[in-house]
Amino acid sequence: MSTVSETTHNGAVAVGAAPVPSADDGLSPAQLAAKYGLSVSGARPNIAEYTRQLWGRRHFINEFAKARTAAQYTQARLGQLWQVMTPLLNAAVYYLIFGVLIGTRRGVDNFIAFLVTGVFIFTFTQSSVLSGVRAISGNLGLIRALHFPRASMPIAFTLMQLQQLMMSMFVLLAIVLMTGEVPDASWLLAIPALFTQWIFNTGLALVVARLGSKMTDLAQLMPFILRTWMYMSGVMYSIDKLTSTAPHAVRILLDVNPAAVYIDLMRFALIDSVTSSQMPPHVWAVAVGWAVVVGIGGYIYFWKAEESYGRG
Amino acid sequence: MAVAEPEQRTLPPVQAPPAPRVPTVVVDDVHIVYTVYGAGTGKGSATAALSRMLSKKRRASNVRRVHAVRGVSFTAYRGEAIGIIGSNGSGKSTLLKSIAGLLPVESGKIYTDGQPSLLGVNAAMMNDLTGGTNVILGGLAMGMSRDEIRSRYKGIVDFSGINEKGDFISLPMRTYSSGMAARLRFSIAAAKNHDVLMIDEALATGDRSFQKRSEDRIRELRKEAGTVFLVSHNNKSIRDTCDRVVWLEHGVLRMDGPTEEVLTAYEEHTGK
Repeated sequence: MSTVSETTHNGAVAVGAAPVPSADDGLSPAQLAAKYGLSVSGARPNIAEYTRQLWGRRHFINEFAKARTAAQYTQARLGQLWQVMTPLLNAAVYYLIFGVLIGTRRGVDNFIAFLVTGVFIFTFTQSSVLSGVRAISGNLGLIRALHFPRASMPIAFTLMQLQQLMMSMFVLLAIVLMTGEVPDASWLLAIPALFTQWIFNTGLALVVARLGSKMTDLAQLMPFILRTWMYMSGVMYSIDKLTSTAPHAVRILLDVNPAAVYIDLMRFALIDSVTSSQMPPHVWAVAVGWAVVVGIGGYIYFWKAEESYGRG
Repeated sequence: MAVAEPEQRTLPPVQAPPAPRVPTVVVDDVHIVYTVYGAGTGKGSATAALSRMLSKKRRASNVRRVHAVRGVSFTAYRGEAIGIIGSNGSGKSTLLKSIAGLLPVESGKIYTDGQPSLLGVNAAMMNDLTGGTNVILGGLAMGMSRDEIRSRYKGIVDFSGINEKGDFISLPMRTYSSGMAARLRFSIAAAKNHDVLMIDEALATGDRSFQKRSEDRIRELRKEAGTVFLVSHNNKSIRDTCDRVVWLEHGVLRMDGPTEEVLTAYEEHTGK
């Protein structure tokens, strides 16, 4: 065979013979396609069909999240232990800075449980967003090689973060118990709180996945946005104490912040000294509202660009 | 420029095949234009990026359009294996990407039966996961059920020949040689019966015995009423597997016809 490409171009057109049955002769390509039910390549399915395809890939999403979680720490000697170590170390750092050195702990009962809950719950949203940004742009190989509904990727990554959070929750429960909280019926509220937060995170991850697939600079920018968000969400201080003297508008703004809402709900569920009087008004309605709006909105927003992922 | 259409209408049908021919891919006067960002100036340098942000005409100076495919039309039928040949940069891979729905067309239309699968040479899978996990995830992603994968798992691994030299399937894919990775990818993709499977030089890295196996598999896929496209610079493997060849040159369809006829002309052209 020859590997030398010769570029002389004499314009001569040779045409070979292909046996063709006469029935389809004279049909234009579009008519031919219509006759045999061919569809335009790369067209986006409607949202019902898309959801059906996505449901068909549920095992893929699940297995992908499991495999990724398992592979995450294979390069580290301590392996899976890091799943628990990472949130613990995070909590330790924030305790040292904000609890001991700066002293935001004043006025908060059981500050350790308060802080660790805040850190873990915010980390869940934070890491969902961070992995969402790269869900498409970081998996182009897979996306270009195989066909599956692309929403599988960000959803799998948030599922992965949920599995990671489950690990953290064991640590959290241990810490909360050690700091003198007594388990009671209100602990069950943690389940709906986590569920609504997971829906919210998934919607958010879908939004940033679409943004990140086009704007690759977003992955660089995201940590700063998330850090700002964290400092506004009352992770290491009590919004309730801070806003008692603040103008009404500021208080409302801080209270409807979804991250703060989900953190508040988890603290309310686990820590006895956090009572409903410290909760912003309609906190459950706000939590469910965010989950529904961002969850459905993010899904539709992601689907709208389905055909463009992995292109170029 | 001359646009060659497969002149199907002017030719008398040579012995009509027993079953009516069902088209699976219809490519109708397709033009594909690439937009390349960051052409010319260094994208990595910070000052260059800054001046690009500041200058108003950054689009004009920095973006180049490459007209890769110019008015190609053909129809592929069920049970056909079509070789695509042409020198490097003649638009073969670009055309296949468009058929797979991974690149938008500038004008014209591509109609396909179901979702074509493209198997490219650098379609990486999940490198930090083991070969075995890749088999399972790849199968699930293609829409196979868990039972289906369980029953085909051994077949896929055996076909790839990854385990011929020891237990490599339980190692992460990043430890594989490029040939081994390509073999596993092909084995995963070929495990499913595709309506349209496009292979873009993905077999080139495999060794001889693997190439033989994959050519057999391509013939099987054709029998199962699929359509196979094969891009290759190896004229022998095209002769062995394809019954029809499409020759692209400079993004123009130069010739479309029976394998022997087109390959002979192509070999003459390339001066062999």
